[in-house]
Amino acid sequence: MHAKVWGCRGSLAAPGPETVHYGGNTSCVELRLQDESVVILDAGTGIRALGLKLAEEPPPRIDILLTHLHLDHLEGLGFFTPLWERKSELHIWGPASPLKSLEDRIATYLSPPLFPVHLSDVPSRPTFHDVPEEEWMVGSAAVVAQPVSHPGPTVGYRLDDDGNVFVYMPDHEPALGVDLQTVSPDWISGYGVAFGADVLLHDGQYTEEEYAMKVGWGHSSTEHVVTFAKIAKVRRLVMFHHDPLHTDADLEVILARARELWGENGGEIGLAHEGMEIDLP
Amino acid sequence: MQRWDTRQKNLLVILARDVASKIATPMFVVDAEGTLVFFNEAAEPVLGQTFADAGEMKADEWSMVWKPCDLDHRPIALRELPLGVALFERRPAHREFILVGTDGVERHVAATALPLLAHQDELVGAVALFWDRSSEADS
Repeated sequence: MHAKVWGCRGSLAAPGPETVHYGGNTSCVELRLQDESVVILDAGTGIRALGLKLAEEPPPRIDILLTHLHLDHLEGLGFFTPLWERKSELHIWGPASPLKSLEDRIATYLSPPLFPVHLSDVPSRPTFHDVPEEEWMVGSAAVVAQPVSHPGPTVGYRLDDDGNVFVYMPDHEPALGVDLQTVSPDWISGYGVAFGADVLLHDGQYTEEEYAMKVGWGHSSTEHVVTFAKIAKVRRLVMFHHDPLHTDADLEVILARARELWGENGGEIGLAHEGMEIDLP
Repeated sequence: MQRWDTRQKNLLVILARDVASKIATPMFVVDAEGTLVFFNEAAEPVLGQTFADAGEMKADEWSMVWKPCDLDHRPIALRELPLGVALFERRPAHREFILVGTDGVERHVAATALPLLAHQDELVGAVALFWDRSSEADS
């Protein structure tokens, strides 16, 4: 499995000279599975450039897995070149709400007055799938989507591709309502989906000081993401969904704090940045 | 394909416990199988013990341990308790009944239970809010 980060900014795109290294595009990760299947995690602004690259050599099928429909995870979809190609075979997966299907919920955004073209008029006519409760296959990977703590229907994804486990939880507040240091792991949101991951891309939006002012907003502090990854016995933690107010310099300070908390844990820890590539194994 | 082994409680159950732990109204949380997974501090004086002492209990156990009976002291089966109705019939229910706390004290309670439905066809648990009416009933 090969992963490439096309956007790792949270909440709002943040381009500019102070975010050049980590990047300003919002959430989007490309996965190439062992059988060459193309899977895209989230459709933030990073998906625009990915779409241009895919158009050069169109894959037979593309599966887009959406964690949720907050705009920073969806706003790039209308600018994804394969969406406008009649021959594209697109499958879009994501959480339904308790009452509305994924397609109906996406159409709320991809329709006037918020978008000039209605979703039903998109040439590729994507197939929408409410994520199932059970494990399912996408290409060579067994995929699990599990609801996680974040406002509105939101899932974390676990992809097991021939024993290599990649977990993606860009928006997640596992510490909401529990003390991560003392609670039994089975009471921690996301624990099941993250357990034993070879690589975990996880929300690390706030410093500990910022989190204190934003409890319940659906994100993690540096301490929470490191603690969560340790409890879940993750081998490599990649902090993701950087706050739009955090400059490259701010993020270096956050990384130093994360390394301090991680300690001699035996695994790797780092921050996601645009263009980052990860190979498994 | 086999059901994914989640290793954790359902998110709605986790959030329900969070609510329970923050309110002063006695509250019970059970999972989709009816297993008692939490009751809050406010419920402890009504039930006569702490959750730490009680621990998780299967439905057939908790539905007996506090000896629920109607106001004429006839035993109430699990399916007739508000939580049983919420679980088995997937609808809200309310009832007044008598229970005997683990401390041996008989109490008159009013309980309202609701199923926790993640989707219209997906039951993940149920909650019950209850109220000790003993002092009102005596007066």
